[in-house]
Amino acid sequence: MSGLYEELKNRLEQEHGIAIATVIRGVEQPGARMLIYPDATTHGTLGSPELDQQVTSDATQAIWTSGAALHQYSLAQPDARTIEVFIEGFPPPPELIIVGAGHIAIPLTTFAKTLNYRVVVIDARAAFATPERFPHADELIVAWPDEILSQRPIYPSTAVAVLTHDPKFDEPTLKVLLERHGGYVGAIGSRKTSTERGERLKMQGLTDEQLQRIYGPIGLDIGATSPEEIALSIITQIVAYRHGKIGPQQR
Amino acid sequence: MRDVLPDIEKWRSQGDQVAIATVVSMVGSAPRQPGAKLAVSEKGELSGSVSGGCVEPAVVQAAMEVIKNGQPQLLEFGISEADNIEKIGLACGGTIQVFVERLDW
Repeated sequence: MSGLYEELKNRLEQEHGIAIATVIRGVEQPGARMLIYPDATTHGTLGSPELDQQVTSDATQAIWTSGAALHQYSLAQPDARTIEVFIEGFPPPPELIIVGAGHIAIPLTTFAKTLNYRVVVIDARAAFATPERFPHADELIVAWPDEILSQRPIYPSTAVAVLTHDPKFDEPTLKVLLERHGGYVGAIGSRKTSTERGERLKMQGLTDEQLQRIYGPIGLDIGATSPEEIALSIITQIVAYRHGKIGPQQR
Repeated sequence: MRDVLPDIEKWRSQGDQVAIATVVSMVGSAPRQPGAKLAVSEKGELSGSVSGGCVEPAVVQAAMEVIKNGQPQLLEFGISEADNIEKIGLACGGTIQVFVERLDW
């Protein structure tokens, strides 16, 4: 008993991402297995460092695609047999982090919960981030958003909607987010505000490539005017991003 | 995997050995996708499914052997529709491979 099952069970129960790889065919000992974490660290072995390394790359991808498939590998030496490995990925539930607990954040929380997102609301202003306004939020954090976001895990499945309307909160938040490898990042503001914000962030050292990751003005253009409609346009854009329907160049 | 965890925990807390059967590949249409799992306790209790019923008896038999001798098995079902009539197979004509292993890791 090497404890891999216990570790897998704990990761699943705590809703953290993990993949498991099992040798099915091609070596003396089918059943050799390895756990793979989102940061590409591993636990256990499939029998050779070369195989472990090849599998790790496929397995970290499988975490985010919920992949469950047989993969074929051939090792160079000493024998060139094909090895079949079953890789199964378990993503954490997708998370939506809403920065700014204003009037759009309330319907956005409701929509996201309906779509099974884990919703985190962050605002430095205690009067806005209250349980009465956000009864459905999984986490409600009163603090400076950039400080929180620089510390917590940000995954490719993590979406962030920056809705404060205030450059002193928005800009440090965006700077932290664009320096990390997360998923969707949207920021509220008119086309003019977005352009000016982009220029200020560029002066703070962010590259054009990083800035292109921001969806701003936030939301798909559905002609939204009310807070509820704007929230709908934002969640629609997040879902389209998640399914690969929109990239940084397609707005 | 998540669906069978509570039963596996229950069986293990009673000191029972457990085998896990996993659909690892699928050709054509099949009732359950790769990753689908059937857990079997040494007393023959079941949790989850790999096919919605058609191949479970053969998988359970293999699981009992695997629990005894610890050697994993790779089973294949539903080679062709003609074969399905003769032996155990999938009603919808697809082919699945099921990997059966003892939970000793």
